[in-house]
Amino acid sequence: MNIHEYQGKEVLKQYGVTVPNGKVAYTVDEAVAAAEALGSPVTVVKAQIHAGGRGKAGGVKVAKSTEEVRAYASEILGKVLVTHQTGPEGKEVKRLLIEEGCDIRKEYYVGVVVDRATGRVVMMASEEGGTEIEEVAEATPEKIFKEVVDPAIGLQVFQARKLAYSINIPNELVNKAVKFMLALYKAFVEKDCSIAEINPLVVTGDGNVIALDAKLNFDSNALFRHKDIQELRDLDEEDEKEIEASKYDLSYIALDGNIGCMVNGAGLAMATMDIIKYYGGDPANFLDVGGGATTEKVTEAFKIILSDAKVAGIFVNIFGGIMRCDVIANGVVEAAKQLGLTKPLVVRLEGTNVELGKRILGESGLNIVPADSMADGAQKIVALVK
Amino acid sequence: MSILIDKNTKVITQGITGSTGMFHTKGALDYGTQMVGGVTPGKGGTNVDITLEDGSVVSLPVFNTVQEAKEATGATASVIYVPPAFAADSIMEAVDAELDLVICITEGIPVLDMVKVDRFMDGKNTVLIGPNCPGVITPGECKIGIMPGYIHMPGHVGVVSRSGTLTYEAVHQLTTRGIGQSSAVGIGGDPVKGSEFIDILKRFNEDPQTHAVIMIGEIGGTAEEDAAEWVAANMTKPVVGFIGGVTAPPGKRMGHAGAIISGGKGTAKEKIAKLESCGIKVAPTPAEMGSTLVSVLEERGILNLCTTH
Repeated sequence: MNIHEYQGKEVLKQYGVTVPNGKVAYTVDEAVAAAEALGSPVTVVKAQIHAGGRGKAGGVKVAKSTEEVRAYASEILGKVLVTHQTGPEGKEVKRLLIEEGCDIRKEYYVGVVVDRATGRVVMMASEEGGTEIEEVAEATPEKIFKEVVDPAIGLQVFQARKLAYSINIPNELVNKAVKFMLALYKAFVEKDCSIAEINPLVVTGDGNVIALDAKLNFDSNALFRHKDIQELRDLDEEDEKEIEASKYDLSYIALDGNIGCMVNGAGLAMATMDIIKYYGGDPANFLDVGGGATTEKVTEAFKIILSDAKVAGIFVNIFGGIMRCDVIANGVVEAAKQLGLTKPLVVRLEGTNVELGKRILGESGLNIVPADSMADGAQKIVALVK
Repeated sequence: MSILIDKNTKVITQGITGSTGMFHTKGALDYGTQMVGGVTPGKGGTNVDITLEDGSVVSLPVFNTVQEAKEATGATASVIYVPPAFAADSIMEAVDAELDLVICITEGIPVLDMVKVDRFMDGKNTVLIGPNCPGVITPGECKIGIMPGYIHMPGHVGVVSRSGTLTYEAVHQLTTRGIGQSSAVGIGGDPVKGSEFIDILKRFNEDPQTHAVIMIGEIGGTAEEDAAEWVAANMTKPVVGFIGGVTAPPGKRMGHAGAIISGGKGTAKEKIAKLESCGIKVAPTPAEMGSTLVSVLEERGILNLCTTH
């Protein structure tokens, strides 16, 4: 789960990570009031959306007076920002972070991730702050330093010190940087983060080590033990269909094509998208109905697929293992009837009771095109939506 | 022969009194697996009675701890159907009891819990399969997990996969061609897990009854690339592959916690290129996993050896 920058900074602050003073604003008046309350000579107006690259897209402005704060807030609120992470449709700005400006001496990068290869939490640091870490990794991998953390004892002081010296934090600020990193690690572990990125971390003219930006992602499997983090979810930032799907325990991801897919199992769902593409079609979504596909679940899945206006046809690909094909066939027929489905529907069933399942589809009186294999089904649906 | 499990493997179910644990324990018994008991803390000393498909009733003892269950039943393997919040603890309990094999089916375990499990297992001899996996089957002998047993057939092709349903798909394509399997192993879709591709490939390489392997990967991480390099350097048997997620958009988690392209890394394209450069033939679509294997077996002149007539 993603959260906004201002929320991330509030979480980090609880752990003793130094962040600039700031306040969230939903309106221009709130933005001006926040700036007045901060009373700093320079104020930064930052768009809050769940995507990086806001600065380049005009979503971050430095104001030297309350008039400027008002002007920038009016400009940015409601604006659709298009960054390399939003996709071409962009994201509308509905919240601002009003923050005191600071005297930046130098920018660095610090990030924490779970490294799959070692199965450990790894802290990374680089002197190339402000640049995307992927670009640094590509161009100058020798400028990224890593410390692998033993979960039994956590990040040690010497490890943080090594990182601080490696990225040339000024000598007199190394201790502050070490404290910063230890606090960041603690927040990462205690809040079950999946990513914590501080880019940039800055050292300031008045001798502070500050998180100027903060990107926190959380492990959705661990949200059950973090009620406080669950409350930070911003549904405006998520796809409506994905929110609806999650209510029914369906795993759904919207894509750009016109062939709706309903599949059991994540791997098969992904492979179904691939095979549609292979035969010249374009999948409209990823949808895993899971192992226990009931009529209710199948109906909801159809509703979600059909709520996407681009969908011109649906391909159902089920390998019924434990789940019986006749149960799935009944679910599909029931759902198609309830929804008065008129778009082409191709169904491929395989597994337990497959013959009975096919008979139920055939006798339903509905225009359901049966497929003998995954390849056959993919070819049929691609031809039908052309 | 087979890998990891065979007809002599004695198995306990952790979480046996839950509905999922009970359902799949029955499925394993129906298949002929030697299920010898179960663990549910607080229910030790009771029995669960399970009515099989043939009408007979099996009564399995329930224990409070894995240690007790192991001592009383002689079990060497366990399968875990415990809810995600408690599953990491169950894995560690089974490892601490020094079982040979622990298979964790549970999906949705917090990744930092698995980081702890991974650390806890350092220096221990227990083999962990999963979590978030379908389990392991040696056709005709032993089924531990949630896979449909009847699609399998005893034989000589090993299957290893990060995805459950794609494993079934591959197995089905083999069985319908008369090609049986030595063992099929689902290693699971989580980013931090027990056995990786290489651990399983090593076992298939050493198993005299396995003549070829299908390896099914997907986007995210670099386990497929690592495995491909290992295959090129060590594997004496042909390996064919499939990688799911050519059409997956970056930054989106495709169902499995581990199936995500992050920072431009872990794409299907990169993986397919690496597999092919290491001599692993990759099926162009999931519908052609079986036929791709057949073509490789023919090239090597071992199709007959792998086919049941």
